[in-house]
Amino acid sequence: MKKIKIILLAFAAMIFTSTAQARDQIKIVGSSTVYPYATVVAEKFGKGGKFKTPVIESTGTGGGMKLFCAGVGTGHPDITNASRAIKSKEKALCEKNGVKDIVEIVVGNDGITFSHSVKAKDANFTKEQLWRALAAKVDIDGKLVENPYKKWSDIDKGLPSEKIEILIAPPTSGTRDAWNSLVMGKGCTKTAKSLYEADGKKAKKECAKMREDGYAVEAGENDTLIVQKLAANPSAFGFFGYSYLVANKDKIKAAGINGVQPSLEGIQDYSYPIARPLFFYVKKAHIGVVPGIQEFMKEFTSKKSMGSRGYLTDIGLVPLASDKYKTVRTAATDLTTIKIK
Amino acid sequence: MSKEELLKKRYRAEKRFKFYGLTSVILAILFVLFLVNVIFSKGKGAFSRTTISVEVDFNTEKLELKNNPTNKEIQDTDFYDLSIESLLNVYKTNGLKEEKDLIRIFSPDYEIEIKNFIIENKGFLNKTAIIELTASDDIDQLNKGNYPRHLPEERRRISDFQLLIYDKLVEDNKIQKTFNTFLFTNGDSRDPELAGVGGSLLGSFFTIIVTLLLSFPIAILASIYLEEFAPKNRITDFIEININNLAAVPSIVFGLLGLGILLGTFDFPRSTPLVAGITLALMTLPRIIIPCRASLKAVPPSIREGALAVGASKVQSVTHHVVPLAIPGTLSGTIIGLAQALGETAPLILIGMVAFVVDLPSSPVDPSASLPVQVYLWSEQAERGFVEKTSATIMILLTFLITMNAFAVYLRQKFERRWS
Repeated sequence: MKKIKIILLAFAAMIFTSTAQARDQIKIVGSSTVYPYATVVAEKFGKGGKFKTPVIESTGTGGGMKLFCAGVGTGHPDITNASRAIKSKEKALCEKNGVKDIVEIVVGNDGITFSHSVKAKDANFTKEQLWRALAAKVDIDGKLVENPYKKWSDIDKGLPSEKIEILIAPPTSGTRDAWNSLVMGKGCTKTAKSLYEADGKKAKKECAKMREDGYAVEAGENDTLIVQKLAANPSAFGFFGYSYLVANKDKIKAAGINGVQPSLEGIQDYSYPIARPLFFYVKKAHIGVVPGIQEFMKEFTSKKSMGSRGYLTDIGLVPLASDKYKTVRTAATDLTTIKIK
Repeated sequence: MSKEELLKKRYRAEKRFKFYGLTSVILAILFVLFLVNVIFSKGKGAFSRTTISVEVDFNTEKLELKNNPTNKEIQDTDFYDLSIESLLNVYKTNGLKEEKDLIRIFSPDYEIEIKNFIIENKGFLNKTAIIELTASDDIDQLNKGNYPRHLPEERRRISDFQLLIYDKLVEDNKIQKTFNTFLFTNGDSRDPELAGVGGSLLGSFFTIIVTLLLSFPIAILASIYLEEFAPKNRITDFIEININNLAAVPSIVFGLLGLGILLGTFDFPRSTPLVAGITLALMTLPRIIIPCRASLKAVPPSIREGALAVGASKVQSVTHHVVPLAIPGTLSGTIIGLAQALGETAPLILIGMVAFVVDLPSSPVDPSASLPVQVYLWSEQAERGFVEKTSATIMILLTFLITMNAFAVYLRQKFERRWS
């Protein structure tokens, strides 16, 4: 009995002493798209031996912002990853909770590929064709109707006469967000937009609505699973980050968009039309409190990680053009904060 | 219908019923076998690891080391040049691209591996040693036969030159398959060949300890009180109904509770086994109380009455006679409750256990992952090596669950008393 008591006491003491200590490990939350890159940097950083390996939680961009903006102090995360820039609403939330100084770092670019099995014939689409294949409602002869297209050739004679079958990411995913703004928003025809506006609806939101009649199938957040499904079914298409194409190029290949195949260079200068920048945001108030934050920023922005020959390019990150890189590097070394109002 | 016909009909009905029952049992067994087969055939690869023999010449002069250096001196020395030189000796290369290709067949930790080798075997200073370095995950997968090598080069992650090196190495017997200890000792990593479940094993261990310490005493005391001391009235009925209801509440609800109260109000550290343990303890409590009460109820009243008759107090009769007899049932109920908690994922995701944690946790307040969450995390990775790692983690988790359940069954069989 005595022994058990001692063990219990020791256990309780251990818990209380260590909670009282300040945090000595960087905490990162945020986007699942940036997660694979941030984890690689964190691991290298930890192996450097001077600091503990940062803990990275994949919460999605929105969830990360909410945690990040919740306040200053070691109970809150130091860094949040984002697959889009911080929104003004989120800035307001940050300001309200006393998170006033935020450093914005652009990590690099990410392209979204529209891919299918290597067994299928090469394909090429325009954004409007993709919108027509996916939208809930399309305009035909100046009227909005429920999407009638069953085969690709129904949209355009030049496209193959095969059933439309697209695996889509769920609405919570950042990839879907980016797809909505870059493809559904841009591919939406002027006629459709004006028709929506005439009805007093927001065109942007309505254009992004996807059909629910079985031609666009929601396939879950798990991109690896989408890749496996595409490999098994040559007539299906799916969209996901460029890194998944790089890692699985023996199974899947990308369709061209406006005649452009995704490539490092194309995503870097945005000539590949579905590309977006990736970010992370740092709480300046935590630098100096939690050890290693600035060193981590330096490691992340160093040439050997996000430079054009850096290790992040091996797993599919598209590096910044050199002039942009310089601004980002200065932001990391001088800790230039962004305007919050 | 005549009597004979009726009888025949009833026999036929019985036969059909038996047939349906048997079919469903067989179907269930087939499903389990199929599942186990899929997991095992995918996961068995993760238990071995591919290494490449490399000759390293530990010349102290080149390394700028003194004679008889201490561990710290070696630790502080730069082994980069030596490592690269040794790696490049493996195969003749021409130009930077080929050199890069050659280095890429090794796992990126080669420098650390070489350094650790010499720290453990100082006798090799100023001598040449043959070290087994971990191969990169692409080579590992190729060696395990999971990588298609007949594809055209631009569709492969392994270049033609790397295949050439690989074939030569195989011919020279320089490629070995060894047992993958990394799988059990390492924390998470982005390189599949270095990733292990060590961190999540410890995380799960701490979580279960916290759960056990909290839920076991509370559940035992609550069930003893409710069963032996509490008056039977509306209030206790109400409590009983609610305990049964709580046991049926989906686990994710407890996750929300943990998120709102433990993380929100009390500011407990995120992603830690402590929070996970408390949350899971809340979830497990009713699931332990119910079997505990059942086993207390199963002790016949004559035992209590006998104790009271010879002058024992109520507490004495309970602690000396009733509880010892109920212990096997209580313990097996607890173990099964804990096994459920061990396999739980949903509440842990809400309290931030879905994190990339490389360092092994040393206490319940260090951030860590847990086994089921590790499965979830790895199933999302793009690299092929993680497919087998995911299945292997499922195998490890299943082993623990089966062991715990088997132990519970054993306890029951061995110690339970039947009252006839």
